[in-house]
Amino acid sequence: MVKELKVSALEHGTVIDHIPSKSVFQVIRILNLENYPNQILFGINLESKKFGTKGIIKVHNRFFKKEEINKIALVAPTATLIIIKDFQIIEKTAVQIPNHIEGIVKCFNPNCITNFEKVTTKFTLVPGDEIKLRCHYCEKTTSKNNMVFI
Amino acid sequence: MKGKSLISINDYSKEEQLRILELASEFEKNPVQPLLNNSVVATLFFEPSTRTRLSFESAVCRLGGKVIGFSDSSSSSVKKGESLKDTIITVSNYSDLIVMRNPVEGSARFASEVSKVPVINAGDGANQHPTQTLLDLYTIKQTQNTLDNLNVAFVGDLKYGRTVHSLVIALCNFNCTFHLVSPMELKLPSAVKFHIKEKKLTYHQYTDMNDVLPFVDILYMTRIQRERFSDPLEYEKVKNLYNLNKNMLSHTKENMKVLHPMPRVNEIDTDVDDTPKAHYFQQALNGVYVRQALITSILGIK
Repeated sequence: MVKELKVSALEHGTVIDHIPSKSVFQVIRILNLENYPNQILFGINLESKKFGTKGIIKVHNRFFKKEEINKIALVAPTATLIIIKDFQIIEKTAVQIPNHIEGIVKCFNPNCITNFEKVTTKFTLVPGDEIKLRCHYCEKTTSKNNMVFI
Repeated sequence: MKGKSLISINDYSKEEQLRILELASEFEKNPVQPLLNNSVVATLFFEPSTRTRLSFESAVCRLGGKVIGFSDSSSSSVKKGESLKDTIITVSNYSDLIVMRNPVEGSARFASEVSKVPVINAGDGANQHPTQTLLDLYTIKQTQNTLDNLNVAFVGDLKYGRTVHSLVIALCNFNCTFHLVSPMELKLPSAVKFHIKEKKLTYHQYTDMNDVLPFVDILYMTRIQRERFSDPLEYEKVKNLYNLNKNMLSHTKENMKVLHPMPRVNEIDTDVDDTPKAHYFQQALNGVYVRQALITSILGIK
Protein backbone atom coordinates (compact mmCIF):
# COMPACT_ATOMS: atom_id res chain seq x y z
CA MET A 1 0.00 0.00 0.00
CA VAL A 2 1.30 3.43 -0.87
CA LYS A 3 1.60 5.68 2.13
CA GLU A 4 -0.76 8.62 1.79
CA LEU A 5 0.81 11.93 2.59
CA LYS A 6 -1.39 14.39 4.43
CA VAL A 7 1.04 17.17 3.57
CA SER A 8 2.33 16.85 0.03
CA ALA A 9 5.91 15.85 -0.68
CA LEU A 10 8.68 18.37 -0.97
CA GLU A 11 10.95 18.49 -3.98
CA HIS A 12 13.73 20.66 -2.65
CA GLY A 13 14.05 22.13 0.83
CA THR A 14 13.70 21.29 4.49
CA VAL A 15 11.17 19.21 6.39
CA ILE A 16 10.86 19.74 10.13
CA ASP A 17 9.08 16.67 11.44
CA HIS A 18 7.91 15.46 14.89
CA ILE A 19 7.10 18.94 16.18
CA PRO A 20 4.66 18.90 19.11
CA SER A 21 1.42 20.13 17.49
CA LYS A 22 1.02 23.02 19.88
CA SER A 23 4.48 24.34 19.00
CA VAL A 24 4.11 24.53 15.22
CA PHE A 25 3.20 28.22 15.14
CA GLN A 26 5.99 29.03 17.60
CA VAL A 27 8.49 27.25 15.37
CA ILE A 28 7.23 29.25 12.39
CA ARG A 29 7.73 32.43 14.36
CA ILE A 30 11.18 31.53 15.74
CA LEU A 31 12.43 30.68 12.25
CA ASN A 32 10.88 33.89 10.93
CA LEU A 33 8.96 31.95 8.30
CA GLU A 34 6.04 34.34 8.50
CA ASN A 35 7.78 36.58 5.98
CA TYR A 36 9.15 33.78 3.80
CA PRO A 37 8.17 34.44 0.17
CA ASN A 38 8.28 30.78 -1.01
CA GLN A 39 5.94 27.86 -0.48
CA ILE A 40 5.49 26.50 3.05
CA LEU A 41 3.26 23.57 3.90
CA PHE A 42 2.40 22.60 7.41
CA GLY A 43 0.22 20.14 9.25
CA ILE A 44 -0.98 19.98 12.83
CA ASN A 45 -2.43 17.05 14.84
CA LEU A 46 -1.22 14.50 12.34
CA GLU A 47 -0.96 10.88 13.39
CA SER A 48 2.41 9.80 14.77
CA LYS A 49 3.46 6.30 15.81
CA LYS A 50 6.05 7.71 18.18
CA PHE A 51 4.18 10.59 19.80
CA GLY A 52 0.45 10.04 19.13
CA THR A 53 0.11 13.30 17.29
CA LYS A 54 2.64 15.60 15.72
CA GLY A 55 3.11 18.67 13.61
CA ILE A 56 5.18 19.04 10.47
CA ILE A 57 6.50 21.97 8.45
CA LYS A 58 7.86 21.72 4.90
CA VAL A 59 9.77 24.69 3.63
CA HIS A 60 10.41 24.88 -0.09
CA ASN A 61 13.85 25.94 -1.26
CA ARG A 62 15.22 26.77 2.13
CA PHE A 63 18.12 25.19 4.06
CA PHE A 64 18.88 26.24 7.60
CA LYS A 65 22.16 26.69 9.39
CA LYS A 66 22.63 24.46 12.45
CA GLU A 67 22.56 27.31 14.94
CA GLU A 68 19.43 28.68 13.29
CA ILE A 69 17.51 25.43 13.47
CA ASN A 70 18.71 24.53 16.95
CA LYS A 71 16.82 27.51 18.32
CA ILE A 72 13.60 25.56 17.89
CA ALA A 73 14.86 22.80 20.21
CA LEU A 74 13.53 24.74 23.21
CA VAL A 75 9.93 24.50 21.98
CA ALA A 76 10.28 21.33 19.95
CA PRO A 77 12.97 19.14 21.53
CA THR A 78 11.67 16.07 19.65
CA ALA A 79 11.90 17.66 16.21
CA THR A 80 13.72 15.99 13.34
CA LEU A 81 15.29 17.92 10.53
CA ILE A 82 15.19 16.39 7.05
CA ILE A 83 17.02 17.87 4.09
CA ILE A 84 15.44 17.03 0.73
CA LYS A 85 16.96 17.45 -2.70
CA ASP A 86 15.09 16.19 -5.79
CA PHE A 87 12.57 14.38 -3.56
CA GLN A 88 15.43 12.42 -1.96
CA ILE A 89 16.30 12.49 1.71
CA ILE A 90 19.87 13.81 1.91
CA GLU A 91 20.23 14.13 5.66
CA LYS A 92 18.14 13.43 8.74
CA THR A 93 19.18 14.87 12.11
CA ALA A 94 17.64 15.52 15.51
CA VAL A 95 17.64 19.07 16.82
CA GLN A 96 19.91 19.89 19.74
CA ILE A 97 19.50 22.62 22.33
CA PRO A 98 22.32 25.10 21.69
CA ASN A 99 24.63 26.24 24.49
CA HIS A 100 23.95 29.90 23.75
CA ILE A 101 20.51 31.26 23.07
CA GLU A 102 19.82 34.78 21.92
CA GLY A 103 16.58 36.66 21.61
CA ILE A 104 14.03 33.83 21.77
CA VAL A 105 13.19 33.53 25.45
CA LYS A 106 12.24 36.18 28.01
CA CYS A 107 14.16 36.26 31.29
CA PHE A 108 11.88 35.09 34.10
CA ASN A 109 13.35 37.59 36.58
CA PRO A 110 11.00 40.60 36.58
CA ASN A 111 13.86 42.78 37.90
CA CYS A 112 16.19 41.89 35.01
CA ILE A 113 17.37 44.72 32.75
CA THR A 114 16.03 42.81 29.72
CA ASN A 115 12.52 43.36 31.08
CA PHE A 116 13.08 47.11 31.45
CA GLU A 117 14.97 48.14 28.33
CA LYS A 118 15.18 47.07 24.73
CA VAL A 119 17.95 44.51 25.21
CA THR A 120 18.28 41.26 23.27
CA THR A 121 18.13 38.45 25.82
CA LYS A 122 21.11 36.11 26.01
CA PHE A 123 21.33 32.84 27.91
CA THR A 124 23.69 29.96 28.41
CA LEU A 125 22.38 26.46 28.90
CA VAL A 126 23.00 25.18 32.44
CA PRO A 127 24.53 21.69 32.26
CA GLY A 128 22.18 19.04 33.65
CA ASP A 129 19.15 16.92 32.82
CA GLU A 130 16.57 19.67 33.14
CA ILE A 131 16.46 22.50 30.62
CA LYS A 132 17.55 25.62 32.49
CA LEU A 133 18.85 28.86 31.01
CA ARG A 134 21.15 31.24 32.84
CA CYS A 135 20.70 34.91 31.95
CA HIS A 136 23.84 36.64 30.67
CA TYR A 137 22.70 39.87 32.36
CA CYS A 138 21.07 39.17 35.75
CA GLU A 139 22.68 35.70 36.14
CA LYS A 140 19.37 34.17 37.30
CA THR A 141 18.10 30.93 35.81
CA THR A 142 14.88 30.44 33.91
CA SER A 143 13.59 26.87 33.98
CA LYS A 144 11.57 25.20 31.24
CA ASN A 145 8.24 25.69 33.05
CA ASN A 146 8.82 29.43 33.28
CA MET A 147 9.92 29.99 29.71
CA VAL A 148 8.02 32.62 27.80
CA PHE A 149 8.93 32.96 24.15
CA ILE A 150 9.37 36.39 22.63
CA MET B 1 43.41 44.38 33.57
CA LYS B 2 43.61 47.57 31.53
CA GLY B 3 40.24 48.44 30.05
CA LYS B 4 38.56 45.42 31.65
CA SER B 5 35.17 46.07 33.24
CA LEU B 6 34.39 44.44 36.58
CA ILE B 7 30.75 43.38 36.67
CA SER B 8 30.76 40.00 38.39
CA ILE B 9 33.43 38.68 40.77
CA ASN B 10 33.99 35.80 38.35
CA ASP B 11 35.07 38.24 35.63
CA TYR B 12 38.44 38.32 37.41
CA SER B 13 40.47 35.15 37.86
CA LYS B 14 41.92 34.19 41.24
CA GLU B 15 45.29 35.59 40.11
CA GLU B 16 43.72 38.88 39.02
CA GLN B 17 41.88 39.16 42.35
CA LEU B 18 45.13 38.55 44.24
CA ARG B 19 46.89 41.15 42.09
CA ILE B 20 44.25 43.73 43.13
CA LEU B 21 44.74 42.81 46.81
CA GLU B 22 48.48 43.21 46.44
CA LEU B 23 48.08 46.63 44.84
CA ALA B 24 45.58 47.61 47.55
CA SER B 25 48.19 46.95 50.23
CA GLU B 26 50.50 49.40 48.44
CA PHE B 27 47.77 52.02 48.63
CA GLU B 28 47.19 51.25 52.28
CA LYS B 29 50.82 52.19 52.94
CA ASN B 30 50.65 55.24 50.71
CA PRO B 31 47.06 56.30 50.00
CA VAL B 32 47.71 59.73 48.51
CA GLN B 33 49.33 59.42 45.10
CA PRO B 34 48.78 61.84 42.20
CA LEU B 35 48.23 59.15 39.58
CA LEU B 36 44.96 60.28 38.00
CA ASN B 37 45.82 63.86 37.18
CA ASN B 38 43.83 64.19 33.99
CA SER B 39 41.27 61.43 34.56
CA VAL B 40 37.53 61.80 35.10
CA VAL B 41 35.60 59.05 36.89
CA ALA B 42 31.80 59.10 36.69
CA THR B 43 29.89 57.73 39.68
CA LEU B 44 26.32 57.02 38.60
CA PHE B 45 24.25 56.03 41.62
CA PHE B 46 20.66 55.32 40.65
CA GLU B 47 19.93 54.49 44.27
CA PRO B 48 21.47 55.92 47.41
CA SER B 49 24.53 54.47 49.13
CA THR B 50 26.88 55.91 51.72
CA ARG B 51 29.96 53.73 51.91
CA THR B 52 30.20 52.51 48.36
CA ARG B 53 29.80 55.86 46.62
CA LEU B 54 31.87 57.88 49.08
CA SER B 55 34.69 55.35 49.20
CA PHE B 56 34.87 55.30 45.39
CA GLU B 57 34.90 59.10 45.33
CA SER B 58 37.45 59.24 48.13
CA ALA B 59 39.61 56.77 46.21
CA VAL B 60 39.52 58.96 43.09
CA CYS B 61 40.17 62.19 45.07
CA ARG B 62 43.19 60.69 46.84
CA LEU B 63 44.58 59.75 43.47
CA GLY B 64 44.16 63.30 42.21
CA GLY B 65 41.36 62.50 39.75
CA LYS B 66 38.03 64.26 39.23
CA VAL B 67 34.58 62.86 39.96
CA ILE B 68 31.36 63.65 38.09
CA GLY B 69 27.99 61.98 38.57
CA PHE B 70 24.84 61.82 40.63
CA SER B 71 23.90 60.22 43.91
CA ASP B 72 20.32 59.24 43.15
CA SER B 73 18.28 58.95 39.98
CA SER B 74 15.91 61.81 40.84
CA SER B 75 18.69 64.24 40.01
CA SER B 76 19.41 62.70 36.59
CA SER B 77 17.71 62.49 33.18
CA VAL B 78 16.33 59.09 34.18
CA LYS B 79 13.54 61.08 35.77
CA LYS B 80 12.70 62.44 32.33
CA GLY B 81 12.46 58.88 31.03
CA GLU B 82 15.91 58.54 29.49
CA SER B 83 16.99 54.95 28.88
CA LEU B 84 19.99 53.48 30.66
CA LYS B 85 21.64 52.94 27.28
CA ASP B 86 21.44 56.63 26.35
CA THR B 87 22.63 57.73 29.80
CA ILE B 88 25.64 55.40 29.65
CA ILE B 89 26.66 56.32 26.09
CA THR B 90 26.46 60.01 27.01
CA VAL B 91 28.42 59.67 30.24
CA SER B 92 31.03 57.44 28.61
CA ASN B 93 31.79 60.39 26.32
CA TYR B 94 32.46 62.55 29.37
CA SER B 95 34.59 60.18 31.45
CA ASP B 96 37.40 57.63 31.49
CA LEU B 97 35.65 55.15 33.76
CA ILE B 98 32.08 54.62 34.96
CA VAL B 99 31.16 53.37 38.42
CA MET B 100 27.49 52.45 38.57
CA ARG B 101 24.97 51.31 41.14
CA ASN B 102 21.52 50.48 39.81
CA PRO B 103 18.71 48.48 41.44
CA VAL B 104 17.94 46.65 38.19
CA GLU B 105 19.74 43.28 37.98
CA GLY B 106 21.97 42.86 34.94
CA SER B 107 22.05 46.62 34.35
CA ALA B 108 25.81 46.74 34.96
CA ARG B 109 26.57 44.03 32.39
CA PHE B 110 24.37 45.84 29.89
CA ALA B 111 26.07 49.17 30.67
CA SER B 112 29.49 47.60 30.06
CA GLU B 113 28.30 46.47 26.63
CA VAL B 114 27.12 49.91 25.48
CA SER B 115 29.79 52.00 27.21
CA LYS B 116 32.92 53.19 25.41
CA VAL B 117 34.85 53.19 28.70
CA PRO B 118 35.20 50.41 31.31
CA VAL B 119 32.44 49.98 33.90
CA ILE B 120 32.78 48.96 37.54
CA ASN B 121 29.63 47.47 39.04
CA ALA B 122 28.94 49.06 42.41
CA GLY B 123 25.88 46.86 42.94
CA ASP B 124 23.11 45.79 40.54
CA GLY B 125 20.11 44.94 42.70
CA ALA B 126 20.32 41.55 44.35
CA ASN B 127 22.80 40.34 41.75
CA GLN B 128 26.46 41.35 42.20
CA HIS B 129 28.62 43.75 44.18
CA PRO B 130 32.14 42.62 43.27
CA THR B 131 34.11 45.46 44.86
CA GLN B 132 32.58 44.53 48.22
CA THR B 133 33.83 40.98 47.70
CA LEU B 134 37.34 42.21 46.92
CA LEU B 135 37.44 44.44 49.97
CA ASP B 136 36.14 41.57 52.11
CA LEU B 137 38.91 39.33 50.78
CA TYR B 138 41.44 42.08 51.43
CA THR B 139 40.19 42.52 54.99
CA ILE B 140 40.31 38.80 55.74
CA LYS B 141 43.85 38.63 54.42
CA GLN B 142 44.80 41.73 56.41
CA THR B 143 43.56 40.19 59.66
CA GLN B 144 44.75 36.61 59.16
CA ASN B 145 47.83 37.14 56.96
CA THR B 146 46.38 34.51 54.63
CA LEU B 147 43.21 33.54 52.80
CA ASP B 148 43.92 29.82 52.88
CA ASN B 149 42.42 27.13 55.11
CA LEU B 150 40.38 29.49 57.31
CA ASN B 151 37.24 28.74 59.30
CA VAL B 152 34.78 31.42 58.22
CA ALA B 153 31.35 31.90 59.79
CA PHE B 154 28.54 33.81 58.10
CA VAL B 155 25.72 34.94 60.37
CA GLY B 156 22.25 36.32 59.65
CA ASP B 157 20.49 36.59 56.33
CA LEU B 158 22.32 34.12 54.15
CA LYS B 159 19.46 33.75 51.72
CA TYR B 160 19.19 37.25 50.29
CA GLY B 161 22.56 38.76 51.24
CA ARG B 162 24.42 39.14 47.95
CA THR B 163 27.67 40.03 49.75
CA VAL B 164 27.56 36.64 51.46
CA HIS B 165 26.93 34.77 48.21
CA SER B 166 29.79 36.44 46.35
CA LEU B 167 32.22 36.11 49.25
CA VAL B 168 31.44 32.42 49.77
CA ILE B 169 32.04 31.81 46.05
CA ALA B 170 35.29 33.80 46.12
CA LEU B 171 36.55 31.98 49.25
CA CYS B 172 35.98 28.65 47.52
CA ASN B 173 39.31 29.37 45.78
CA PHE B 174 41.12 29.25 49.13
CA ASN B 175 40.18 25.96 50.74
CA CYS B 176 38.08 27.56 53.51
CA THR B 177 35.59 25.77 55.73
CA PHE B 178 32.20 27.48 55.93
CA HIS B 179 30.05 27.78 59.07
CA LEU B 180 26.62 29.03 58.10
CA VAL B 181 24.49 30.46 60.91
CA SER B 182 20.96 31.56 60.00
CA PRO B 183 17.30 31.07 60.84
CA MET B 184 15.80 28.12 58.94
CA GLU B 185 13.99 30.46 56.56
CA LEU B 186 17.14 32.40 55.62
CA LYS B 187 19.56 29.58 54.79
CA LEU B 188 22.22 29.88 52.09
CA PRO B 189 20.65 29.05 48.67
CA SER B 190 21.59 25.70 47.17
CA ALA B 191 22.97 27.43 44.07
CA VAL B 192 25.71 28.93 46.29
CA LYS B 193 26.30 25.70 48.22
CA PHE B 194 26.82 24.08 44.84
CA HIS B 195 30.06 26.08 44.47
CA ILE B 196 31.30 24.78 47.85
CA LYS B 197 30.53 21.19 46.89
CA GLU B 198 32.05 21.63 43.46
CA LYS B 199 35.39 22.52 45.09
CA LYS B 200 34.97 19.57 47.49
CA LEU B 201 34.99 21.90 50.50
CA THR B 202 32.94 21.55 53.68
CA TYR B 203 30.13 23.60 55.14
CA HIS B 204 28.15 23.22 58.37
CA GLN B 205 24.79 24.82 59.13
CA TYR B 206 23.69 26.16 62.52
CA THR B 207 20.88 28.20 63.96
CA ASP B 208 22.74 29.24 67.16
CA MET B 209 25.67 31.64 66.76
CA ASN B 210 27.20 30.47 70.06
CA ASP B 211 27.96 27.11 68.46
CA VAL B 212 30.59 28.61 66.16
CA LEU B 213 32.14 31.34 68.31
CA PRO B 214 34.90 29.23 69.95
CA PHE B 215 36.64 28.09 66.79
CA VAL B 216 36.13 30.47 63.85
CA ASP B 217 38.77 32.82 62.45
CA ILE B 218 36.30 35.21 60.84
CA LEU B 219 32.80 36.05 62.03
CA TYR B 220 31.03 37.75 59.13
CA MET B 221 27.83 39.32 60.46
CA THR B 222 24.97 40.54 58.24
CA ARG B 223 21.83 42.56 58.74
CA ILE B 224 18.46 40.86 58.48
CA GLN B 225 16.49 43.19 56.23
CA ARG B 226 12.88 43.98 57.07
CA GLU B 227 11.97 44.46 53.40
CA ARG B 228 12.75 40.79 52.66
CA PHE B 229 9.75 39.60 54.64
CA SER B 230 6.21 39.68 53.30
CA ASP B 231 4.89 38.78 56.75
CA PRO B 232 5.96 41.34 59.41
CA LEU B 233 5.47 38.71 62.14
CA GLU B 234 8.11 36.52 60.54
CA TYR B 235 10.53 39.44 60.66
CA GLU B 236 9.78 40.12 64.33
CA LYS B 237 10.61 36.48 65.10
CA VAL B 238 14.09 36.61 63.61
CA LYS B 239 15.19 40.24 63.86
CA ASN B 240 16.81 39.90 67.27
CA LEU B 241 18.06 36.36 66.85
CA TYR B 242 21.69 37.30 66.35
CA ASN B 243 23.02 40.07 68.58
CA LEU B 244 26.70 39.94 69.17
CA ASN B 245 27.94 41.63 72.34
CA LYS B 246 31.26 42.03 74.12
CA ASN B 247 30.69 39.19 76.61
CA MET B 248 30.25 36.68 73.84
CA LEU B 249 33.76 37.44 72.57
CA SER B 250 35.51 36.09 75.68
CA HIS B 251 35.62 32.52 74.42
CA THR B 252 36.70 33.29 70.88
CA LYS B 253 40.08 32.65 69.28
CA GLU B 254 42.79 35.26 69.70
CA ASN B 255 43.01 35.95 65.96
CA MET B 256 39.24 36.06 65.46
CA LYS B 257 37.85 39.22 63.82
CA VAL B 258 34.28 40.43 63.40
CA LEU B 259 33.39 41.76 59.95
CA HIS B 260 30.18 43.33 58.68
CA PRO B 261 29.43 44.87 55.25
CA MET B 262 27.54 47.63 57.08
CA PRO B 263 25.20 49.35 57.78
CA ARG B 264 24.52 47.46 61.01
CA VAL B 265 21.35 47.87 63.01
CA ASN B 266 21.45 45.85 66.19
CA GLU B 267 23.28 42.67 65.22
CA ILE B 268 26.54 44.01 66.69
CA ASP B 269 26.27 45.81 70.01
CA THR B 270 28.25 49.07 70.20
CA ASP B 271 30.21 47.63 73.14
CA VAL B 272 32.00 45.41 70.62
CA ASP B 273 33.35 48.45 68.75
CA ASP B 274 36.22 49.12 71.14
CA THR B 275 37.41 45.54 71.40
CA PRO B 276 40.37 44.35 69.32
CA LYS B 277 38.04 41.84 67.62
CA ALA B 278 35.99 44.54 65.91
CA HIS B 279 37.25 45.10 62.40
CA TYR B 280 34.21 46.41 60.49
CA PHE B 281 35.18 50.08 60.40
CA GLN B 282 38.65 49.13 59.16
CA GLN B 283 36.85 46.93 56.61
CA ALA B 284 34.93 49.97 55.34
CA LEU B 285 38.18 51.93 55.11
CA ASN B 286 39.81 49.11 53.16
CA GLY B 287 37.17 49.79 50.51
CA VAL B 288 39.10 52.92 49.56
CA TYR B 289 42.42 51.06 49.06
CA VAL B 290 40.83 48.24 47.10
CA ARG B 291 38.98 50.72 44.87
CA GLN B 292 42.18 52.70 44.33
CA ALA B 293 43.84 49.48 43.23
CA LEU B 294 40.98 48.63 40.89
CA ILE B 295 40.68 52.06 39.32
CA THR B 296 44.41 52.39 38.64
CA SER B 297 44.70 48.91 37.17
CA ILE B 298 41.61 49.31 34.97
CA LEU B 299 42.89 52.67 33.73
CA GLY B 300 46.25 51.04 32.99
CA ILE B 301 48.22 53.20 35.41
CA LYS B 302 49.29 50.37 37.72
